Amino acid sequence: MSLALFLLYLVLSPLLMGVVNRTKSILAGRRGPPLLQLYADLWRLLRKGSVYSRTTSWVFVAGPVVSLAAAVTAGLFLAFGGLPAPLSFSGDFVLFAALLALARFATVLAALDTGSSFEGMGAAREVTFGSLSEPALFLCLLTVARATGSSSLSGMLGPGLAAAWTLAGPALLLAAIALFVVALAENARIPFDDPNTHLELTMIHEVMVLDHSGPDLALILYGASLKLYLFGALFVRIALGFEVTGVAAAGVLLLGLLAFGVLVGLIESVMARLRMARVPQLLVGASVLSAFGLVLLLR
Amino acid sequence: MPAWSEIVLILVVVIDFVLLASSRLRAVIRGAAMQGALLSLLPLFMAGRAELGHVLLLSLGALLVKGIAIPWLLLWAIREAAIRREVEPLVGFVPSLVLGALGVGLAFALSSAMPLPAPERHGFLVPTSLSTVFTGLLLVVSRRKAVSQVIGFLVLENGVFVFGLLLSDFMPAMVEAGVLLDLFAAVFVMGIVMFDINREFSSLDTEKLSALKD
Amino acid sequence: MSLALVLTGAVLAALSGLGAAALRRTPARAQRVTTAALVAGAGLGLLGALAALVGPVVSARAGWSAPFAALAFRLDPLSALFLVPVFAIPAAGSIYGLAYYPQASHGLSSVRLQVFYGLVTGAMAVLTVADTAVLFLAAWEVMALSGFVIVLTEHTREEVQRSAFVYLAAAHVGTLALFALFALLGSQAGSFDFARIAAAHLTPGPLLFGLLFLGFGLKAGLMPLHFWLPGAHASAPSHVSAVMSGVLLKMGIYGFLRVAGFFPSPPLALGFTVLGLGAISAVLGVAFALAQHDLKRLLAYHSVENIGIITLGFGLALLGRSAGDPSLVMLGLGGAVLHVLNHALFKGLLFFGAGAVDEATGTREIDRLGGLARAMPLTFVLFLLGAVAISGLPPLNGFVSEWLVYLGTLRALGSSSALAWSVLAAPVLALVGGLAAACFAKVVGIVFLGSARSPHGADAREAGKPMLRAMAILAAGCVLIGLFPGVIIPALHRAAAAWAGLDPALLSGPARSAASSAGLITASALALLALVGALAAWRARRTRGAAATETWGCGYSRPTPRMQYTGSSFAEMLTLRFAWAFFPRAEVRPPQGPFPAGASFGAHVPDTVLEVLLIPALKASAALAEKMRRLHSGLVQGQALLVAVTLVLLLSWRFLFW
Repeated sequence: MSLALFLLYLVLSPLLMGVVNRTKSILAGRRGPPLLQLYADLWRLLRKGSVYSRTTSWVFVAGPVVSLAAAVTAGLFLAFGGLPAPLSFSGDFVLFAALLALARFATVLAALDTGSSFEGMGAAREVTFGSLSEPALFLCLLTVARATGSSSLSGMLGPGLAAAWTLAGPALLLAAIALFVVALAENARIPFDDPNTHLELTMIHEVMVLDHSGPDLALILYGASLKLYLFGALFVRIALGFEVTGVAAAGVLLLGLLAFGVLVGLIESVMARLRMARVPQLLVGASVLSAFGLVLLLR
Repeated sequence: MPAWSEIVLILVVVIDFVLLASSRLRAVIRGAAMQGALLSLLPLFMAGRAELGHVLLLSLGALLVKGIAIPWLLLWAIREAAIRREVEPLVGFVPSLVLGALGVGLAFALSSAMPLPAPERHGFLVPTSLSTVFTGLLLVVSRRKAVSQVIGFLVLENGVFVFGLLLSDFMPAMVEAGVLLDLFAAVFVMGIVMFDINREFSSLDTEKLSALKD
Repeated sequence: MSLALVLTGAVLAALSGLGAAALRRTPARAQRVTTAALVAGAGLGLLGALAALVGPVVSARAGWSAPFAALAFRLDPLSALFLVPVFAIPAAGSIYGLAYYPQASHGLSSVRLQVFYGLVTGAMAVLTVADTAVLFLAAWEVMALSGFVIVLTEHTREEVQRSAFVYLAAAHVGTLALFALFALLGSQAGSFDFARIAAAHLTPGPLLFGLLFLGFGLKAGLMPLHFWLPGAHASAPSHVSAVMSGVLLKMGIYGFLRVAGFFPSPPLALGFTVLGLGAISAVLGVAFALAQHDLKRLLAYHSVENIGIITLGFGLALLGRSAGDPSLVMLGLGGAVLHVLNHALFKGLLFFGAGAVDEATGTREIDRLGGLARAMPLTFVLFLLGAVAISGLPPLNGFVSEWLVYLGTLRALGSSSALAWSVLAAPVLALVGGLAAACFAKVVGIVFLGSARSPHGADAREAGKPMLRAMAILAAGCVLIGLFPGVIIPALHRAAAAWAGLDPALLSGPARSAASSAGLITASALALLALVGALAAWRARRTRGAAATETWGCGYSRPTPRMQYTGSSFAEMLTLRFAWAFFPRAEVRPPQGPFPAGASFGAHVPDTVLEVLLIPALKASAALAEKMRRLHSGLVQGQALLVAVTLVLLLSWRFLFW
């Protein structure tokens, strides 16, 4: 069953992105693109040719490849829907976070390889906000670890979570809220970054991949949707902590992801992007919130 | 399912963090108002059934003063002075947040070592009160606008109020009434001082006060 | 047997430099002989260390006519693990030096370098197996002085002289503290033998801990005692920096570990203090590194950061000892010692790469370089491996040691006492990891990628074969430990048991679970690499005949390489966060007049502890001392009075403090 959920992860991620975009369009009064739009985009990009800058080297090509591989490998450790993950060991959430950091590192190097100041700018912002969201992510996961008494993702998100909610509800709520903020930050959503604007001065993630085209861009878009699915699944499982098994778990997961996509779309439509100087405040605020949750459990 | 009083106290600490991080004065005033309102509900959750009427009156009074009257006064003040944002304070917003978090952590760590009259009931009171007092002090010490400093003082008083609830078993009415009176007087004085500063210097920036010494 | 191998290797390494001196007339052959001797000695030593890791603890003793002294040696698994970097890094360094600092072109200074390089290796090896205080201190002094000489290799430059002097001063203050420490320990235990001191079951008071921190912290480079590090590492030749950063600092950690291991039940506060010190070093070290634009100074600050990470693991081990939790001891100490080894490997690799860049382009300034990946492809790949390793990213070795420290914090989280608060080291470690990745993305991106920012790198060529070989050896170590961490877990298990004086069977539970987790790490690392390979192969098939053009410049008609992001701009948002710790100095020549001719801007972040605290304080005390000198000169009667008063005070001390 967990293998099936892992395959669903690989297959359904572009659909989640589609849900987010559709929600935003509906709230803006438009009809919006079809839910399967990203699949069509990926198919189209895969058949296109590529243009490379003379300044770039093999790092430019390796960036999308490494970041996609890291995202897929990270999915092997996530306990989708609360069912045990394909691979699990004590402290595996550290590997999970480190794989995502590897993906970021590869993308940043590919951006700097182009020798353009725009990509450099995006890369500088990405590493800044990434290094601030790492502690927040860890604090959330540590709060869940303390509440459930387990140290692997499968243990934390597994059957013990329901009991943890009754005993340590407030702390887990704080951790879930902080995790949502981190999810928005890591996936370059509003209020951290605007995935729709293509003004280099206002983008973070979009400007890093400005020079990628064709199959490389397809790999990047797919990788981004995988990452959104990962964080969504993590948040959904922590937020809806009840005990489920088998197909019911899959159903809860999918419904929860749908709600997550709608929620992200809602927030993107309602809020404006923060000033760059305010982003660290929000990230540190998320860390502080989850740290408080942890403190509540430590006393 | 944790007790209602616990939830209220956790919300109070979360509001502390929001106050430290926010730069918009209206949001800060509303935050302090909400904190006061939450705290006015606390005696209701903590009291026994015996003197429900008395406690209800007290909560209502606290709600009126802390949750409505004083915030209204402050909102009027900032409208008069036409200020909307706190400028970058002496200790920046992010360092304030980090310091606040450290203070909360220390408060929770140390208070578990203190001997309390009835730990099960009062478990969260002491750390929350210490955290709120620390937040209030941080606001008073590091903000530049006088309004922010007044709010810091309010938060400080909120923290002392929480601590006073520890003694509510033994001295019920005195503590509440005393605190409320103290609060009201202090804010009244601060209000007058604020308007005088504003009138004198056409701004509520307390750094201009140091010009007085020349 | 293992001890004999180690000692023979140490002596051979120490004397290897004599070959260079004796065969001065044929410099190329002399250097090769020296290198061969050092490598042979290192090989013997490594064999001995390996034997000690799997075999029993070996001790040996001989007499020595110096007072309180004995030639007592003890080789246990902890020393054996430390011996690995002690022998491996200088061996790789001397291979590196064949191309980087050839005797043929540098003559006498190269001879001096090789002589003392060997001496420092031998001294460090003896230090690691010493079992008595006097032998330890003697080896320590030889190590410090040899270090001074090798730092001073290019002694004609003023910056080198200054840095070497600061290093010497700091080293000697540390040694003084160590003398006091061992004197105290010896008097309390009744002997200077380490075995007897450990058996005395002492408890450390604040004074002992202060001396411990001062003495070993100065050598290890813990904040705020790190101030000598950046200057010394930047001014020394690169293979010397590799040895200093990779091994010399670890001798401070070794000493700290050893002496702290003498106390069977340290107070909880000690563990928390060490944890806090480690956290401060780690965070501020990487913050300072972000602000640097000199390649080697940046790497030096990263050493401070990694020492902080090692100290975090060490703090967890101490907490485990206080709480009587063997798992925590194993995880904390295992993480710390593995990080010692890993850091030696990847920091050595990075310094070798920096030296290659310096030699090829003539500058260490990041902002003047760029696009070197085209001219030096192999150096780039090896440097990139080092950068990925130091950022703690899978599948390389930096991740494994940091994971062990995280496991330690998780173990502490599971306890129900005050120990659980030590879990707050985990988000600090996460922050440090993120910042380190940011800093190395900056270094790799600015130095090797993009286009050249100045003509400095115009005629850069690939590094010499010996340099590449040395780097490849260290890179191989990084990759092996990263991909197969299960191999090293048993060694860590035995080292932790030896340090804490526990029966290895007590630690076998956590060791086995760590080993099985390590197996899963291997599996996921291989899966990752397989995926990368598959995707890369698929991509290569797909994109044949792709077009090439200029980078999109958003319509600017004349983009120049100077428009690229510089290192300082890349790190600006992050360094702003830490502006409270820096005191940046800027030299600005603004454009003047309606038709400005030229302008320049230079910003430099000096070391806060050295430039803002120590040097002004020392200058003030020097001024005070100058004023007091007036008391000395003058009338003879005045001097006599001064002597008399002091004598009376000293004699009445006894009666005043009855």
